[in-house]
Amino acid sequence: MSVLVYTENADGKFKKSTFEIVSYARAIANQLSTKLTAISIGNVSAAELAALGKYGAEKVLNVSNDKLKNFINQAYASIIAEAAKKEGADIVILSNSFSGRGLAPRLGVKLEAGVADGAVALLDLTESKFRIKKTAFSGKAFAIVELTSANKVISLTPNAYKVVETNSTASVEDFTAENKATDFAAIIKDIVRATDKVSLPDADIVVSGGRGLKGPENWGMIEELADLLGAALACSKPVSDAGWRPHSEHVGQTGIAISPNLYIAIGISGAIQHLAGVSSSKVIVVINKDAEAPFFKVADYGIVGDAFDVVPKLISAIKQFKASA
Amino acid sequence: MKILVCISNVPDTTTKITFTDNNTQFNTNGVQFILNPYDEIALARAIELTEGNNGTVTVINVGEISTEPTIRKGLAIGATDAVRINALAHDAWFVAYQIAQYIKANPFDLILTGRESIDYNGSKVAGMIAELLDIPSVSIIKKLDIDGNNATVEREIEGGKEVLTVPLPFVAGTAEGVAEVKIPNMRGIMSARTKPLNIIEAVPVKTLSDVISYETPAPRGQVTLVPADDVAKLVSLLHEEARVI
Repeated sequence: MSVLVYTENADGKFKKSTFEIVSYARAIANQLSTKLTAISIGNVSAAELAALGKYGAEKVLNVSNDKLKNFINQAYASIIAEAAKKEGADIVILSNSFSGRGLAPRLGVKLEAGVADGAVALLDLTESKFRIKKTAFSGKAFAIVELTSANKVISLTPNAYKVVETNSTASVEDFTAENKATDFAAIIKDIVRATDKVSLPDADIVVSGGRGLKGPENWGMIEELADLLGAALACSKPVSDAGWRPHSEHVGQTGIAISPNLYIAIGISGAIQHLAGVSSSKVIVVINKDAEAPFFKVADYGIVGDAFDVVPKLISAIKQFKASA
Repeated sequence: MKILVCISNVPDTTTKITFTDNNTQFNTNGVQFILNPYDEIALARAIELTEGNNGTVTVINVGEISTEPTIRKGLAIGATDAVRINALAHDAWFVAYQIAQYIKANPFDLILTGRESIDYNGSKVAGMIAELLDIPSVSIIKKLDIDGNNATVEREIEGGKEVLTVPLPFVAGTAEGVAEVKIPNMRGIMSARTKPLNIIEAVPVKTLSDVISYETPAPRGQVTLVPADDVAKLVSLLHEEARVI
């Protein structure tokens, strides 16, 4: 029995969410008094791989070849399942990222494992059961799921667990597994990734705009505020439906569910569908000219005022704060 | 071209979620159930892809008789026929297993699901069906075009997109951008009543997970309002009190 964690990389680099997932897997391995092995697939440097030890991995399996440079869920799932079998790992942990959502179900089937997706907490091992809390109803509730299978797959919601550094180090080993030709049936033609922007699902701070901003031409100040805070941009459904902003920025029940440390909602009234997707944010700030907007009921801090007046003031206040910090 | 669209029956997006029986059952009292919004996108694209080429679109749902209004909605929107596998949808594994067995006996060129259902948000059914059938899958697609025996899809990734070509048959989970949802017209609603809805029984499968109970998020405290002419106060609160900047 042991725990295997899959450490996702973007262009050969690990992100904060990778360290989160290793820290989380370490804590689960501790709960079960067992060892933690990490597996990395792609071209990640030796130093980067060894650094996973700092977050609690004892051993890192490195699968590196050009054919596997980019994520193909069939091929990656075969390798991770093979590694779990060879390592005797009965628990596989991965991120509930876009790629993780492609991998987890395939791993579940390959390992005949129950899958707890979108986990938000450590295990509840009361009465020797294996229970875990996960998001449900698009953020409106949580479900406690019991995995009854021998093998188990857990995917962690980004930002749901804090990075924990330890004093340990990890050994790095090369690992190879057989892939069938059909594992490579899907072929990647192009990857377009904005490297200078913070990606929404794993952002610490999110600045979000709604219909109160009146039109796409008014997003300049929202972008400026986000850049100042190192934040990702988001929007409400009416905004993406109107084509003011891309669908990839739509947060809410039928968009992306997020759980940043700080969510700043500007000109968003707070319809129940929107609140569902952002309610697990740690701190919510609402700026809206309507004092009766439902969003104020679930906010931590609020300013009743016109966005066109408040946001420029907020930008200069943050600039001042940064200058004095 | 034969397309299978897997649909879920879920609480309407405006539903206030509550539980009964000591938080072990979802309270369906007064809840309006709808066709999962992401599945509507899958269905709309399937109809577009089969228009004018003698293609067919089958909608499939794993559910008890109570899901039939949602299945009829799928037929009204434009599916050719429907299948209901008569069982409570225990979890994603149960649903995927049932649908995969159906596909083994009734092959399709393309299988679509929504990117996730808005009740359990698992994003698992597509990948599980594909693994059970040993065919490719793409989770969370934003664009889907078919050219002969190959599809070009755009997949959402953190901070961008990935473009892939995938040979048919495969399974994909659709998100916004793939198609505009279709509103059923009167003719569609009338014809939905007479389109075939085949009911088949579920096959036994080992249970791998159970939902034990539910929790609702802890309520937040009272909002701290900052005057609009003292924005600097908000910045200091976020720094000193909330410690998030």
